[in-house]
Amino acid sequence: MNNKSPSDYLKPVAGNGLLHRRMFLTNSVAILGAAGLQLMTSKQAGAAPPDVPMSMTVPGAGMSGYGARSHHENHVQRTIGSVPGTVGTGASRTPLEYLQGIITPNALHFERHHNGVPDIDPTEHRLMIHGLVDRPLIFDLESLSRYPLVSNIRFVECSGNSGANNAAKPPQSTASGIHGLVSCSDWTGVPLGVLLDEVGIKPEGKWIIAEGADAAAMSRSVPIEKALDDAVVALYQNGERLRPSNGYPMRLLLPGWEGNANVKWLRQIQVSSSPAMTKDETSKYSDLGMDGRASLFTFPMGVKSVITSPSGKSTMQGPGLYQISGLAWSGAGKIRRVEVSADGGRSWAEAALSEPVLSKALVRFRLPWRWDGGPAVLQSRAIDEAGAVQPTRDALLGERGQNFRYHYHAIQSWSVGSTGEVANVYA
Amino acid sequence: MQFKVGVWVPQGRLLMFTRNRALALSALLLGTTISIVSSAQEGPGLGVAATPEQVAAWSLTILPDGSGLPEGSGTAEIGAQIYAQKCLACHGQNGVEGPNDKLVGGHGSISSDAPVKTVGSYWPYATTVFDYIRRAMPLMQPQSLTNDETYALTAYLLELNDIIDSDQVMDAQTLPKVKMPNVDNFFWAYSPNQK
Repeated sequence: MNNKSPSDYLKPVAGNGLLHRRMFLTNSVAILGAAGLQLMTSKQAGAAPPDVPMSMTVPGAGMSGYGARSHHENHVQRTIGSVPGTVGTGASRTPLEYLQGIITPNALHFERHHNGVPDIDPTEHRLMIHGLVDRPLIFDLESLSRYPLVSNIRFVECSGNSGANNAAKPPQSTASGIHGLVSCSDWTGVPLGVLLDEVGIKPEGKWIIAEGADAAAMSRSVPIEKALDDAVVALYQNGERLRPSNGYPMRLLLPGWEGNANVKWLRQIQVSSSPAMTKDETSKYSDLGMDGRASLFTFPMGVKSVITSPSGKSTMQGPGLYQISGLAWSGAGKIRRVEVSADGGRSWAEAALSEPVLSKALVRFRLPWRWDGGPAVLQSRAIDEAGAVQPTRDALLGERGQNFRYHYHAIQSWSVGSTGEVANVYA
Repeated sequence: MQFKVGVWVPQGRLLMFTRNRALALSALLLGTTISIVSSAQEGPGLGVAATPEQVAAWSLTILPDGSGLPEGSGTAEIGAQIYAQKCLACHGQNGVEGPNDKLVGGHGSISSDAPVKTVGSYWPYATTVFDYIRRAMPLMQPQSLTNDETYALTAYLLELNDIIDSDQVMDAQTLPKVKMPNVDNFFWAYSPNQK
C-alpha cells in the first residue's frame, strides 16, 4: 500500500498536529496507543458502568410498524427559521454536526418552503406536461411508478446555504447554523427525459417551466439540456416515498443544481421557448455583483466542504487525539480530493475520503489530529474532478463582492481556543 | 436513455452462477435489455391525453413577452383599494414598512454597499409581478384574486415605484410593454453547453 513504517504515522504531516490520513487504518494497537487513544479512554465521564445493565434484566419493548430513533437522541433536531407572521415560509437546517456518513435521515433533510408544506392526496395528484410538445399528457402516481425507475445518491443544496458567512462579522453558529441547507439522499424516480420523449418536444422547446402544487405554486425555469441529461421525477427518498416536506408525492430532482430549482410537489411542466422569469429566478436566486449587475440562472452548486466535527459552538475535551470529520460536494461531479489545515491554511494534509465517492453527492472526509491544546484554526478545502478548487473567503468576496446572497462556497474556518472552544472566524 | 443491465438482474441469482455462466447470462440479458431500452425510449405510454381545456385551466405561467396573460384589466387607483385590504398588513402602508418583503423604493441602491431590492429597484420584468401575485398572493389566500384585481394590484405596485401613471390601464397588451428600470442590469450565467 505504501512504504511507511508504523511509527511514520505518528509524525505530523502538516502544521499544528495533523496526522496521516491512514493512521486510523493501520490497526496497530501500539500506534493508536502511542498516538494518544489511551487519553480518550482515561477521560470517560461519569460513574463506573453497572456490571449487569438494567437492559439485560427485563424484556425489551415490542416491535413497531414504523420505527423511531432512541429517545436519547431527541435533542438532534433541525433548527427552524420562518419569516415574520408565517410558520411555513422559511427553512429548517440539517444538524450536520450530529450526523455521520453521507446519507441524511429523511426526518432531518433540510427544508425550504415558500408557503408551507401541502397535504397532497396521492390519488388526486397529477403531473401534466404540456406547452411546446406534440402530445400534452397527464400522469398519475401509480402510472409513474410503473416506469423504469433509477436510483442515485445525490445532494440537494439551497443556493442560499452558507451565505451567512458573507456578513461583515462571522456569525457565531454551528456547522448546521451556517451550512445546514444541504442534505443527501438516495433518490428514486423516473428519468424526466423518458416522459419528455413521450410528449414529444417540439424543436423550439428550449426550457421547461416546472411548477409545484403548494400554496406558492413555486415555479422555476430549467434548460432543456438539463431536463434531458440527468433530471429525475423523484418518487422515493432513501427507499420510502418522499416526505411531504420534500415534495410528496413527486418532485423534480436536478442533480448538482441549486435546490430551489428542484421543484417539490411537482404538478406541471410547461415546455417553452424561453424562461418564464419567475419571481424565484429573478428577484430571488439571482446573483448581484458590486457593479449593480446581476446574473440569472447560476445553476450548479460550486465545489465546497465544511468540517462538521468539531463544529462551531462546540468545546474540545482537552488535548489529545481527535478525528476531524466533514463533508465535501460539488455540483460539477465527484470530489477528487479534500485537504485539511490546522494552522489557518499555512499547511495542508490530504484527508481520507470514505467510500463511496459519488458524483454530485456528499462525500465524508476524515483526518486524525493530535491537538496540543494550543490555538488552532481548522479549515477544509475541496477539489472536484473538474479541477475546481474551493476558494478562500477573501478570494470569493474579491471576485464577487459583498452584495451576493447565493452560491457562497468559500472555505470555512473554525478557530480552536486554548480552553477548547470552537468558533467561526474569517481566516 | 440507457438502463444498465444490472438494473434488471436480481443480484442474488446472478451470484449463483459461475463466472462463465454469468457472462453468458449477461450476454443473454443484454439482448433483453436492448429491447427494454428501445421500449423505454418510447416509454410505457401510461400518460393520458390532456385536453386543451385542462391545459388552459392549469396554466399559470406568463412569459416576459406577455404570452399567458389572461383577459382583464386594472389601474393603480383600483389597486390601491385592494392593496389596503389584502396586502398592507404584511407589506406596510406604502410598500416599504414590512414586516415582509419591501415592494417599493430602493431606486439607485442596487450598485451601492446596501442594496434594497424591491419590485421597482430590482425586478427585471413587469410580467413577473402579475405572475407572482396571481399564483402566490395574498399569502393566506393564494389564487383568490380575480384577473382584474391582479392587474390592478400590479398597476398599483408599478405606480408606487413611479414606473407608470395612476390612470394607466394594465392588461395583456400594455403590461409586457412596461420597461422595468433595472432590466438592463441582468445577464445570464447559464449557457446551453453547461451541464
